[in-house]
Amino acid sequence: MLTPVTDADGAPFWRYAAHGELRVQACADCGEPRFPPRPCCPDCQSFASEWRQLGGHGRIWSYVVPHPPLLPDYAAQAPYNVIVVELADAPRIRLVGNLVTQAGAPLNSLSPDRIRIGAKVQVVFTGTGLPQWILERP
Amino acid sequence: MAGLKDATAVVGIGQTPFAKHLPDDERTLACRAVLAALDDAGIAPGEVDALASYTMEETDEVELAKAVGLGDLTFFSKVGYGGGGSCATVAHLAAAIATGQATVGVAWRSRKRGSGPRPWTDTAVQLPTPAQWTRPFGLLRPADEIAVLTRRYMHEYGATRDHLFNVALACRNRANQNSAAIMYDRPLTREMYMTSRWISEPLCLFDNCLETDGALACVIVSRERARDCRHTPVYVHSAAQGLPAQHHGMVNYWNDDPLTGPAHATARHLWKHADFTPQDVDVAQIYDAFTSLIPLSLEGYGFCGRGEGGAFTEGGALEIGGRLPLNTGGGGLSEAYVHGFNLINEGVKQLRGTSTAQVPGAATCLVTAGEGVPTSALLLRS
Ligand SMILES: [Zn+2]
Repeated sequence: MLTPVTDADGAPFWRYAAHGELRVQACADCGEPRFPPRPCCPDCQSFASEWRQLGGHGRIWSYVVPHPPLLPDYAAQAPYNVIVVELADAPRIRLVGNLVTQAGAPLNSLSPDRIRIGAKVQVVFTGTGLPQWILERP
Repeated sequence: MAGLKDATAVVGIGQTPFAKHLPDDERTLACRAVLAALDDAGIAPGEVDALASYTMEETDEVELAKAVGLGDLTFFSKVGYGGGGSCATVAHLAAAIATGQATVGVAWRSRKRGSGPRPWTDTAVQLPTPAQWTRPFGLLRPADEIAVLTRRYMHEYGATRDHLFNVALACRNRANQNSAAIMYDRPLTREMYMTSRWISEPLCLFDNCLETDGALACVIVSRERARDCRHTPVYVHSAAQGLPAQHHGMVNYWNDDPLTGPAHATARHLWKHADFTPQDVDVAQIYDAFTSLIPLSLEGYGFCGRGEGGAFTEGGALEIGGRLPLNTGGGGLSEAYVHGFNLINEGVKQLRGTSTAQVPGAATCLVTAGEGVPTSALLLRS
């Protein structure tokens, strides 16, 4: 499986995720959250930023079900789902992830017919610090 | 301000055969396409002083110029973002020629995407998408990234798989008229489409472009010079690039309005400098790496309103004789996928009156580059 190839801007996201915290970068001056993280604020041009903790709730904005040809580790789990989650406390930030039955479950653990745009989901974290999502009402 | 309007013209086009596998390497294919375009224009290689291509093009200017015997180059440019750069290659040359930096420009693309590796399989390369936020979760390929937008588009506006099929069918029907097209002898039916295998739901096999080896090129000169060339000049009437504010490429999920792609920003500039409107376009060559890019582009370039792109495809609108005949050589879906360069050359053929699926009396053509990435577009006129 691919692990995040991170950079200076993105590294804090993954450090927090490793501790089970979902945080996004926000401007320390005007307060606007932004994603993906970047060196300065597109609204006020400030270089000061903070990492704001979020509640980890959201709704499915869209989803796909990939089929082969895929990289071998992913082909082995195909068809699986990839969802895009609109966050409840930062609605313009949409995170890519997987909808699973429980933390650490494989990408194909939930049947694709259980997935609906608009369904409420909640973040969970794998042992390796990768965020995943479970249905709030399974 | 004189500007670009009709200041330059495409006077030569060339292409190699298209196939899943061609024996020549990319450099040789590039040379063949460029020489074919110059021969079509009746211009000697030594007269070429400008080049433009894509940043993903692997044959560089030095290799090409020394192989085919180009003259002293005074302008050379490469445009980024994969297929988003196709029309911009012509636009850069038009600008260079209109401003006196060069006199004869050649744009080209050579690619062995049919027999070569799929770019997404190289996990060491950070593609121009912020991969750390998407790839670990299995959003691996351009098809997956666009499928996310496609699903949302269908959900928000009620577009259907039948609408996507209309796009695939129009391209395939035109390819069935074009003996150079890879899908020339392979008709498509709704049954085949609806029962084909998935690539990334909701996109099936026939929603995805071909994997092709091939190369194409075209030659651009000033309108004055164009009058002395062999063929009817095809004027570059308007040209634009577009990278909208807060755009994120094919993973545009972090934009306030992810379904408003670069086509919208590009179109605003394109039409601002044009003497005609979308209603006056006789034929369109719209970038079709995926079928769903067509409804999104139809909206972006002003052929219909937001959310109406699916319905626009109904009733044979994209076929010959319809409201907007589309991708008349077969496009990336059914002729060849060479990062959209075949769409440029097909636009030229239409305005010369020499297409294999000629739109009677076609005098204006829109050509677009890849939607979903920083893009570009051309309005051509005869
Ligand atoms: Zn700010």
